[in-house]
Amino acid sequence: MEVAVGQLFTGLSLGSILLLAALGLSLTFGQMGVINMAHGEFIMAGCYTTFVVQQVIHSTGVALIVSLFVGFLVGGLLGAALEMGLIRWMYDRPLDTLLVTFGVGLVLQQVTRDIFGAPAKNVVAPDWLTGGLSIAGTVVPKTRIFIMVLAVAAVIALATVLKTTPLGRRIRAVVQNRSLAETSGVSSRFTDISTFFIGSGLAAVAGVALTLIGSTSPTIGQSYLVDAFLVVVIGGLGQIKGTVIAAFGMGLLNSFVEYSTTASVAKVIVFVVIVIFLQVRPQGLFTVRTRSLA
Amino acid sequence: MTLIQRLNANSSFKAVGGFALAAIVLFGIAPAALSDFRLSLLAKFLCFAIVAVGIGLAWGRGGMLTLGQGVFFGIGAYIMAMHMQMADAAKAHEDVPEFMSIAGISELPSYWQPFASAPVAIIGILVLPAAIAAVLGFGVFKRRVKGAYFAILSQALAAALAILLTGQQTIGGFTGLSDFKTFFGFRLDDPVNRRMMFFIAAGALLIVVAIARQLMNSRYGELLVAVRDQEERVRFLGYDPANIKIVAYVVAAFFAGIAGALFTPIVGIISPADIGVVPSIAFLIGVAIGGRTALLGPVLGAIGVAWAQTTLSENFPSGWTYIQGALFIVVVGFLPAGLAGLWPLARQFAGRFRPAKPEGPAVGAGAAIVASVMSTGAAADDEVKVKA
Repeated sequence: MEVAVGQLFTGLSLGSILLLAALGLSLTFGQMGVINMAHGEFIMAGCYTTFVVQQVIHSTGVALIVSLFVGFLVGGLLGAALEMGLIRWMYDRPLDTLLVTFGVGLVLQQVTRDIFGAPAKNVVAPDWLTGGLSIAGTVVPKTRIFIMVLAVAAVIALATVLKTTPLGRRIRAVVQNRSLAETSGVSSRFTDISTFFIGSGLAAVAGVALTLIGSTSPTIGQSYLVDAFLVVVIGGLGQIKGTVIAAFGMGLLNSFVEYSTTASVAKVIVFVVIVIFLQVRPQGLFTVRTRSLA
Repeated sequence: MTLIQRLNANSSFKAVGGFALAAIVLFGIAPAALSDFRLSLLAKFLCFAIVAVGIGLAWGRGGMLTLGQGVFFGIGAYIMAMHMQMADAAKAHEDVPEFMSIAGISELPSYWQPFASAPVAIIGILVLPAAIAAVLGFGVFKRRVKGAYFAILSQALAAALAILLTGQQTIGGFTGLSDFKTFFGFRLDDPVNRRMMFFIAAGALLIVVAIARQLMNSRYGELLVAVRDQEERVRFLGYDPANIKIVAYVVAAFFAGIAGALFTPIVGIISPADIGVVPSIAFLIGVAIGGRTALLGPVLGAIGVAWAQTTLSENFPSGWTYIQGALFIVVVGFLPAGLAGLWPLARQFAGRFRPAKPEGPAVGAGAAIVASVMSTGAAADDEVKVKA
């Protein structure tokens, strides 16, 4: 029983990380159908933002909270710049966008390596996040709980923005039918830029959270990117609901399979399960109803 | 119809000439002009070129962006590495390869044993990558998973394999397999045998290009392009686009497996770092630069990029990453047809100063199926080939 609870928490916390990493990706993917390979580097930008902020503000608790906001801004600006500089020119070629943003990612990684150096940097967790809480007989690190809370908060915030604000309505309209939205007077240019700003900002917030559980290196984004993609694939295009279920599903599956085998075998099993899942639902758990043939 | 027949006749004539020229360069000029070290380097680049031919077929012609060719490359490479390790161990009268006895593994794992026999290893190299591609392709394409979804799945496959191999100490783990002494009984430290490896790689490349050319110029090649441009229309015509795609994907995997199997003895080491996500995507850059839809574009692009990487990263280690990133951005973003795409343009300009040929290929007619095969495919290819 205790083992099951322990694995449950491991799974939930892994799911929260996947969720944070995939939430923004799912938003930008749903918006324009392009896969942003530089998303991993936006996560990395969040990690390094935290590192820099902590150099400036010595109180680790304040630094963490400030990093969340600064990170969102840094990631968002990077994303908006990417959209305005490159992606907007390549609407009709989504697969090429994938490779172009991979190039952007490579450059961003190298820039980081040249500025901060290749060795990993450590961020100190604040005092109020050290130690663990005892839940149903297992000790759960407080940092993991913080990440879970952050993931839930991010989902709620994003859902609120999408459901209640005029911007959210425009985003949903463009996701469902771009041409019809444009015909109805929605500025798809502004919507695209805003979506990229929010999506990339969320990636950086994920990065801020990641500094709590590991050290920061220029390639940190890559290690989460593939998993984040898989979450988006399972969840379905641009669906918060699907992303949440997929992220926690993958996290839990991974943690329980990992318990009975090894970490590397678990990865492969999760991949096989995903391919089999796509036999049943090729377009993911939930999809936006569109009138396009594709 | 006569136009197509004439162009075909013309192109096969040119193809024979191109092959003869390529054979002279690879088997005559290169071995004479290059030092043993450079020749061995070129042999490694030829392996990348073999992968690139397959990517050109699947991505350029079929529109399937495969981000995971490292998987098939890796399967070929690791089977070859396992065979060579066991052959070396057998020669030294050891039960297990040296790295295993150092790691304290005294019994050969069961998945190693079949590849001790040379015929089984060769069959494994030729069949396993293709079989895995067939299974995955069947699962994915039959369910009409395509575009970015397929790209992500192929990428995830590469990540999964790299992680799996990194975690297995019985196959070398993170450091991979190295220190091969013999290749089917021939000593690898002998310069003569190393030159022989080059000739094997060159021969394999010529065969692979010939297979790809036959496929591209056949009716199947036209269908593949048609699926890329208008999949629904092909379906309505009564074909199953999934089968057409699976064939191209399997052939690409087959080529990558062969390339991997040659890569291991030529380079002398194979590790998860050579086959993971990043190297798998890096395979694409040469293809994109050379021209993904052309036949020889991927080959020349792959060799050119690998050569540039080797020379540049010797002098500017961090500079190459910037260049690689910039190449992805500029070439894929703004020059989708690659350098081969410049050739028809150059011909157009040249045509202003020469009397125009009456049956020049229609440039830029990408939508029409036959026209696109003729213009971006056969015609452009053969010109590049003659240039090579």
